[in-house]
Amino acid sequence: MSAREDIMGRIKSALRDAPETPVVPREYRRSSNMSAEQRLEQLVDRLEDYKANVFVTPAAKAPAKLAELLAGSSSIVVPHGLPKEWLAELTDDAGSLAVHVDSPERRLTVAELDAVDAVVTAAATAVSETGTIMLDGSEDQGRRIISLVPDRHICLLRAGDIVEVLPEAIARLEATRPQTWISGPSATSDIELERVEGVHGPRILDVIILT
Amino acid sequence: MSNTFLGMPALPVFGHGNLNATEPFPQAARRELANTQLRANLGHATHTIRDKRLKVVAELPDWEQMRDSGSAIKDATMANLPGMLEAFEANFTQRGGIIHWARDAQEANEIVTALIRETGETEVVKVKSMATQEIGLNEYLEEQGIAAYETDLAELIVQLDHDKPSHILVPAIHKNRSQVREIFLREMPGVDPLLTDEPARLAEAARKHLRKKFLTAKVAISGANFGLADTGTLTVVESEGNGRMCLTLPETLITVMGIEKLLPSWSDLEVFMQLLPRSSTGERMNPYTSLWTGVTPGDGPQNVHLVMLDNGRTAALADKMGRTALNCIRCSACMNVCPVYERTGGHAYGSTYPGPIGAILSPLMTGIKSEENNSLPYASSLCGACFDACPVKINIPEILVHLRGEDIDSQRAKIKVPTQMDLLMKGAEWAFSSGTKLNLLERGLPLGKLAAGRDKVIKKLPGIAGGWTKTRDIPAPPSQSFRQWWDKEHTPGTAVVPGMTPGNSAENSEGEQA
Ligand code: SF4
Repeated sequence: MSAREDIMGRIKSALRDAPETPVVPREYRRSSNMSAEQRLEQLVDRLEDYKANVFVTPAAKAPAKLAELLAGSSSIVVPHGLPKEWLAELTDDAGSLAVHVDSPERRLTVAELDAVDAVVTAAATAVSETGTIMLDGSEDQGRRIISLVPDRHICLLRAGDIVEVLPEAIARLEATRPQTWISGPSATSDIELERVEGVHGPRILDVIILT
Repeated sequence: MSNTFLGMPALPVFGHGNLNATEPFPQAARRELANTQLRANLGHATHTIRDKRLKVVAELPDWEQMRDSGSAIKDATMANLPGMLEAFEANFTQRGGIIHWARDAQEANEIVTALIRETGETEVVKVKSMATQEIGLNEYLEEQGIAAYETDLAELIVQLDHDKPSHILVPAIHKNRSQVREIFLREMPGVDPLLTDEPARLAEAARKHLRKKFLTAKVAISGANFGLADTGTLTVVESEGNGRMCLTLPETLITVMGIEKLLPSWSDLEVFMQLLPRSSTGERMNPYTSLWTGVTPGDGPQNVHLVMLDNGRTAALADKMGRTALNCIRCSACMNVCPVYERTGGHAYGSTYPGPIGAILSPLMTGIKSEENNSLPYASSLCGACFDACPVKINIPEILVHLRGEDIDSQRAKIKVPTQMDLLMKGAEWAFSSGTKLNLLERGLPLGKLAAGRDKVIKKLPGIAGGWTKTRDIPAPPSQSFRQWWDKEHTPGTAVVPGMTPGNSAENSEGEQA
């Protein structure tokens, strides 16, 4: 008998008293009763608590903000679907900043990713109550590896994509897409349960929220 | 579909690996208790995390509703486990993942080894996983000539120190920062000799140490926190980014997951991803959560395997009273609030699963007859703190009592003649059956006082009661009982000063029932 059949048989035998399937109560909050401003304010508060750097900017000013943050950097990687206009103010700077585009046709190697200063991505949605930004591998967010290997992650989030509670985000996301939920820069509490930022993931997380 | 189980219920098949204590709990606890550094570290850590947990739990107005949902979702999963597993398997497989089934630790280790061999690699990176700890995978791989590198900071500390984890969430909780520094200086090749004991510096040292391994690893091994039956999605919850590294960079990913880790649907994750981070690290959300479903072309490992592990889980499932122990999401809240764990630490439990949950889960998975684990259900004062803290409302004290009963039954079955405990219980039944009988016994109290002698403590009791005095002294009994004093006080005309040796009390309490 295969291991699978064996285990299935054991399970069925274990359940021969036919335990009842309970009706699952769903009394917890499944939608927000906060205003958009409150959600924005809450998200900023939570992300800063995790030691992320947060900037709230009108969408039209996003390119300028990005250029400001990247002043002094020499190279970045972006996913091929990142809105081109966000990068508009980066390239006219005498071309001193190299922008590598990761696309299905030209996938950057690990070594190339390890050599860039930062990655710039969009985000799928964010949960203000927990301070969590979700990436789902859409074209403006790219492969999981590009937002992981560079030491700095700059994430642009549209304020309209902020929800308050996790169930609202779950309803917006598609389970089978490869996802990364990010709540602050990489951290550990493994030594005396004291949280310190900066282990293996990006040590700097900048979030630009576009209003 | 096999139907061999019909009619003839199969006997439960128990688990193996690092589930068995190597020595009985009382013995191990005595040694661990003598380690004052350990107790200081643990006391500090468990108190810090308790406070954090309480604070973030109090923030949510619907925490109790969420616990109710979590508990019911898990009960529903267990009641329908075969269907859940089939659905998960179909979805995961349909998207390019490959599923293997392992009856026990040995089989799981063999499967993982064979999968690594197929890649031709002799090194793998690992993200912290209870299941692989349980089956002793690292040791097995080492015997096979395969080096497995733990990448979680705490696991790395434990591995470098050739030690064992003592906590399911923070395996190095028993080490303080200066001990970690010493381990790094001693065991980490090329480490900066000027390394300080600041946690941030220590974390940086770990980053440097592992960076190259991550960027060049071809094979990774992980566990999983949840598997979603209706989509075939797996989830890993972590903090450092070592999980993301392992789940994203290598070509081959091998995940080992217990069959009980499933949730029926994607939307159930909204409950568990609120319960888990707040209960475990006391954070609103952990820094990183990764989700993957089979293979995503062009993104992450293209060779994706999952080993579904039984290793005694079906035996736990067969125990009607105990099966809710399988609902555990390994948050560690129960050990962080446990007065016994706080003092003995995780090593005393022997098994991969320490603390209150370990005290029920280990014997359920190995069988209570397993000599080393039958003392675990007694490693509790039954104070109930674990039940209150448990995000999925596992009634740990109730299961502990149930397992103590099972243990006594199994001992009795071995012995056949009535044990001292049986005789004592019989005696108690007689004594408490009427006030007269109790009064009669209570007249013996002054004798106890005599036995205690001048320092008013009794150091050694006879028979199995000696088990009690082996680890503690008991104060001498008073010269009269409360009932005797009450009678004196309330018999009209007699006033007795408490503490004075009374004469015979009137036998006026007949008919009063205990
Ligand atoms: S038994 Fe409950 S509290 Fe303990 S680790 Fe499991 S889920 Fe957490």
